Amino acid sequence: MSILSSLANRDRVFDFLVPAESPVDVRHGPILYLEDVTVSFDGFKAINDLNLTIDDGELRCIIGPNGAGKTTMMDIITGKTRPDSGKVWFGSRHDLLTMNEPQIASLGIGRKFQKPTVFEALTVFENLELAMAADKRILPTLTARMNGEIRDRIDEVLLTIGLAELRERPAGILSHGQKQWLEIGMLLMQRPRLLLVDEPVAGMTEQEMERTAELLTGLAGKQSVVVVEHDMGFVRSIARKVTVLHQGSVLAEGSMDQVSCDPRVVEVYLGAEAEEEAV
Amino acid sequence: MDSSRLWLLRPFGERSTLIFLGVLLAAMALVTLLHVAVPPGHPLYVSAYTVNLFGKYLSYALLAVAVDLVWGYLGILSLGHGAFFALGGYAMGMYLMRQIGDRGVYGHPVLPDFMVFLNWDSLPWYWHGFDMAGFAFLMVLLAPGALALVFGFLAFRSRVTGVYLSIITQALTFALMLAFFRNEMGFGGNNGLTDFREILGFNLRSSETRLGLFLATGVALALGYVLCRAIVTSKLGRVCVATRDAEARTRFLGYRVERFQLFVFTVSAMLAGLAGALYVPQVGIINPSEFSPLFSIEIVLWVALGGRATLYGAVIGAILVNYAKTVFTGVMPDAWLFALGGLFVLVTVFLPKGVAGLLALRYRRRAVGSGAFSGKEASA
Repeated sequence: MSILSSLANRDRVFDFLVPAESPVDVRHGPILYLEDVTVSFDGFKAINDLNLTIDDGELRCIIGPNGAGKTTMMDIITGKTRPDSGKVWFGSRHDLLTMNEPQIASLGIGRKFQKPTVFEALTVFENLELAMAADKRILPTLTARMNGEIRDRIDEVLLTIGLAELRERPAGILSHGQKQWLEIGMLLMQRPRLLLVDEPVAGMTEQEMERTAELLTGLAGKQSVVVVEHDMGFVRSIARKVTVLHQGSVLAEGSMDQVSCDPRVVEVYLGAEAEEEAV
Repeated sequence: MDSSRLWLLRPFGERSTLIFLGVLLAAMALVTLLHVAVPPGHPLYVSAYTVNLFGKYLSYALLAVAVDLVWGYLGILSLGHGAFFALGGYAMGMYLMRQIGDRGVYGHPVLPDFMVFLNWDSLPWYWHGFDMAGFAFLMVLLAPGALALVFGFLAFRSRVTGVYLSIITQALTFALMLAFFRNEMGFGGNNGLTDFREILGFNLRSSETRLGLFLATGVALALGYVLCRAIVTSKLGRVCVATRDAEARTRFLGYRVERFQLFVFTVSAMLAGLAGALYVPQVGIINPSEFSPLFSIEIVLWVALGGRATLYGAVIGAILVNYAKTVFTGVMPDAWLFALGGLFVLVTVFLPKGVAGLLALRYRRRAVGSGAFSGKEASA
């Protein structure tokens, strides 16, 4: 059984070497499907019967107080953490629980961590070049040549993330916000189908937040985007649909207005804030 | 044009490489002209001794380029590159020993003098083949390359980096020095290999051969420089810089970082071996002192003085420091170490990016990877 399934996976991985025609099957709607997922660490249930469905091309915000399981959920989707039970499907063809981290990444799930890490001595353009999906063995890398197609792809991403004018500048001179955008651009170079973005606007100025909101809403449609964020104003400005996590499961789901009127959500958030004040 | 070869030609499209090659070739031509066409006694005459000295500087410069490749661009501070230099030198020395033939002091047809002296009756297995120039020259590259491959494989696979790697490289060269000091090793022990006579049939003591070796070293430096430039301007070079600055992030992008490190480290070791092989016939001796940890540290000083991550800075640093060393040890030998230390302090304080940084500031030229450098990285 396991041999058969690994053979089947191998067959699929070869398909993904052609990223433009990623064979992720989304004909039935959802690109990501989590059902009854449970994870516990030393008896503590970080994720408890979580059900979540993300549609293809959707922009979804996930909010919730500290310890609600947001980061653990990201870890499960990217293969970093294995759930104790439940199902995690990417499209209707790929069972993510049978795959490891690199396989999941090559399937087209990109994750941006909170702290931006870009290559400061390299230019913005070169950062994107290195992030591009390509043959990453030694000799192909040594003999790799820049061609029009690659240049166009990089230019396209540069426009998307709004750093076209800074393309030849070293990434070290970028502001915090610009580095975050460059990181998102580096993810885009790998042509992901699903982007997981962890707290993109932490530490950003008001203007940078606005541009990040534009960037993320612009990305949705072409790819699905899941944003985990604390900043309510920011979530309100981008989200069409919001999922509120609490104690490892979904507390409420819907538009921002619906969710913020939900008495349980108010209680959880007010409760959390009251606790914080008490500490 | 075969596309896979194009990366090797890329440096010829760069202004900085063309300037470097132009200056180097002009210097070689000038020295040759002043040596051949100017009569001895004329103030502009360059003696065979000086030509030989310049040849030695150029081989040091090639060694410095090799160190800059791994330190400047890959962030691996090797404090043991002298080992690769010495191994290349020993491979050349073994060839030169075998060239002596039966003209040694003891007149043995095959065995070098020191083996006769030790009462050995036959050649150790690893000395076979070194009577053939082709084999010996191949070993000049393969012996240091093989050591770097094995050492690097173990170190990089275990993700040993930073200070720890520097310490192990230092231990490596120290261990080799102790081993080569032993007579039983069969490399002439304390005295090393010396009393060379001919290389490829040319008398090593003639001034023509010295000029030839000087020019050959210059050509090797030019080729080594172009090769390193080709590597650092390729996408692989950018992966190296990325590894230097954020290793985990590079790995996360899907690059097998340890393989890139191993590849560049091995190339660098082979260049160092070539430098050693060109050095030995010009100084006429190779002994275990070339393995000394101090020498390896000195190489790093040349690179730091010249300017890290520029390649041409390494050349400038190697030549400047060794020229200063020649002058100082001639005028006041005791003051040399103080002068070297003082020079290092001055450059660190006033020219953190070395002499090359000063040049770059003047010409506002931006070399790949030589951008954002801080003191913090330089000490790593």
